[in-house]
Amino acid sequence: MALDSKMNRVFKVVGTRPPRPDGVEKVTGRAMYGADATAPGMLVGRILRSPHAHAIIKSIDVSAAEALKGVKAVVTAADFGVPDDLSIRDVQDNCMAQGKALYHGHAVAAVAANTAAIASQALKLIKVRYEVLPHVTDVDEAMRPGAPIVQEARALENVAAGFSENVTSQCEFGHGDLEVGFAKADKVIERSFTTAATHQGYIEPHACLASMSPDGKGDLWCCTQGQFQVRTLCAEIMGMDASQLRVTASEIGGGFGGKTTVFIEPVALALSRKSGRPVKIVMTRDEVFKATGPTVSSSMDVKIGMTNDGRITAAQAQLRYQGGAFPCGTVEMGAQSAFACYNLDAVHTVGWNVLTNRPKEAAYRAPGAPMAIYAVESVVDELCQELGLDPLNVRLKNASTKGTKSSYGPTFDDIGLRATLEAAKAHPHCSAPLGPNQGRGLSCGFWFNFGGNTCVSLNINTDGTVGITEGNPDIGGSRAAISQMAAEELGVPYDKVRTIIADTNSLGYNDVTDGSRVTFSVGLATIEAARNAIKVMCGRVAKIWGIDEDAVIWEDGCAKPSGANAGDFTPMSIEEIAAISSNTGGPIAGHFEVNADGAGVSFGVHLADVEVDPETGATKILRYTVFQDAGKAVHPDYVEGQMQGGAVQGIGWALNEEYIYGKDGLLQNAGFLDYRVPVASDLPNIETVILEIPNPGHPYGVRGVGETPIVPPLATLSNAVARAIGIRLFELPMSPPKLLKAIRQKG
Amino acid sequence: MVKVTIWGSLRSATDGQVEVEVDARNFKELLDRLATEYPGLKPQIERGVSLALDGKIYREAWFTEIGPKSEVVLMPYMTGG
Repeated sequence: MALDSKMNRVFKVVGTRPPRPDGVEKVTGRAMYGADATAPGMLVGRILRSPHAHAIIKSIDVSAAEALKGVKAVVTAADFGVPDDLSIRDVQDNCMAQGKALYHGHAVAAVAANTAAIASQALKLIKVRYEVLPHVTDVDEAMRPGAPIVQEARALENVAAGFSENVTSQCEFGHGDLEVGFAKADKVIERSFTTAATHQGYIEPHACLASMSPDGKGDLWCCTQGQFQVRTLCAEIMGMDASQLRVTASEIGGGFGGKTTVFIEPVALALSRKSGRPVKIVMTRDEVFKATGPTVSSSMDVKIGMTNDGRITAAQAQLRYQGGAFPCGTVEMGAQSAFACYNLDAVHTVGWNVLTNRPKEAAYRAPGAPMAIYAVESVVDELCQELGLDPLNVRLKNASTKGTKSSYGPTFDDIGLRATLEAAKAHPHCSAPLGPNQGRGLSCGFWFNFGGNTCVSLNINTDGTVGITEGNPDIGGSRAAISQMAAEELGVPYDKVRTIIADTNSLGYNDVTDGSRVTFSVGLATIEAARNAIKVMCGRVAKIWGIDEDAVIWEDGCAKPSGANAGDFTPMSIEEIAAISSNTGGPIAGHFEVNADGAGVSFGVHLADVEVDPETGATKILRYTVFQDAGKAVHPDYVEGQMQGGAVQGIGWALNEEYIYGKDGLLQNAGFLDYRVPVASDLPNIETVILEIPNPGHPYGVRGVGETPIVPPLATLSNAVARAIGIRLFELPMSPPKLLKAIRQKG
Repeated sequence: MVKVTIWGSLRSATDGQVEVEVDARNFKELLDRLATEYPGLKPQIERGVSLALDGKIYREAWFTEIGPKSEVVLMPYMTGG
């Protein structure tokens, strides 16, 4: 759907900052999260998890647990079928191990009991006999022939010979002649990098309440980024028709991609079906770390050539991503996005997805992109240092722009990278003085953005207010943005519109809330639904006035005759039209269903000043500024919030966060005390600069904004640290012990 | 005829060709023709692909019309967070 031709319009509601619609409920504790769901007769579910990184499950004896008073059901893999679809089977096997425990924390059995204490006691009575197998948790080790094999025969046809069976897929992108390109360079730098697996760190753990009735109907309440996706997966796993399983999404305490699949929901449904009672499962934080999806960890090689005046002549990368115990497709995103910021004649990227004995990775904001772009932006920065060039000017010189053939194939349309770089260059932050042990870092970032299946129902209430029903959990302010776009289109005040998230039986299928798609896609569908409702209202007013429908226009919340020839009628307001809807044809509504496309790609630029303490290796962030193209910022507070939130999560990734595995393959730091996310006292105010380069594929020019801001912080901070202390680390996180060791080695 | 750019790791299925030409008016016809004329592409097409048309990424839009001068790029299926 193209940008409105009347884009010179002056917005009245879009672009303002009304109070968030979920604010009062959240600050007063009234908001219903996953763990808040209750039902009469509800049981408590608990899951037994593997203490080993890799082991054959020889037998499971649940008889003692079943005999314990208060235990109503025990399930293992034997209580599930074998789905025909391999991807569904992987999801099911990740929820309940089938024959082999593939990672530390993999579910092997579950109990439903009257109380949490009884359920916990019952777990201890389950006797699992394991045959422990060799394990592998490191991506480079897992790729070598002879490595312990996590799953056999999972490699796709596109994997080259010479790797272990753990390499499940391979991809390759690029264009141009690398040899010619590198020959033109005055300086070529080739470096290897590693990044750790990090967790999305959402505050709300996974929680659900499942209720299966004896006639085969089911209800499921859960915290998720996509209730329709949950229904699809659970219905397949449970052998149910989609119509018989209603899934309701709760308020969500963070997702960031980690709640785009299921971990406990099929288990709760199976326990409910077996016990005949509703069953609630709430993960502990320990379980969240061990058995949900962190990011991939990576090992990467990047080689870039540059002329003395800062022109990149050729660029090459090899990316190796481990995605845990089941196949994934994350490296494809990294390989495509690695060099997306640059206009290159010669570029080539190869990527491999690799199995290890770790939990299956899940999406995390711009999945696959942050680590690849970290490696690329680090080498670009090092080239700038070596050649004595200004890093911002070099990026401006090489930046992708409209007409650039991207490193992943398509030619870019209108994009905002150059504008964000120029905004950064003009910002006072760029020229602020620095002190001893302080350095300034810069990085670009990119994400594709996409649309997807979307369904919106917009109802004009009989008092002229507006109710919108949509199907995407609100993880970043979408209810406000959707209400704003409806208000804008209908010409009514924002507070006359209320947007709610429907369950799966109340609306057509909607894709998951991911890929920065919701404000773009649902907003687009809302605008069209509003236009459809306006058409209905204008049609009815035309009949009242006895004139052609074409002779009625909609302006400022009223139907008006369009010009002198239409006749002289007093405009009718939405309230007046709605009040007589029973007389004019019944309820007034607008609907729109679409598989939305045309999401514009997104670019951002981050600037950070840091100070490294040479005595402790600790990095303090002194100043941090995010520049990003939002297309059109519908609710600037939320856009700024996305930019700040992404930056903070990326800061954590760069400085402290990592999954730490021991030689025994067990996760060592499954808790927020040992897995160090940034807290408010670690951070300065994250300054934001929103740019608005309209997306040609949206009526208002909207682009997704949620993914891109997590991409630049990794290299931004690595580059800042390198310039602060003259030492460049090639691994993340740059935790104090690592930096201190490097400082001491340098002397 | 429509020119389609194939990403690197699929080029073994197109005899190393970076671009192939197929007779198609929309994405469905294009994918069907690619799978027929280059059977090595079929497994990937069945697993899921995205298509970029004149720079815009489409995930599942069978009936999107393709002009004879359109730039079409086959891409992996996009996922996000």
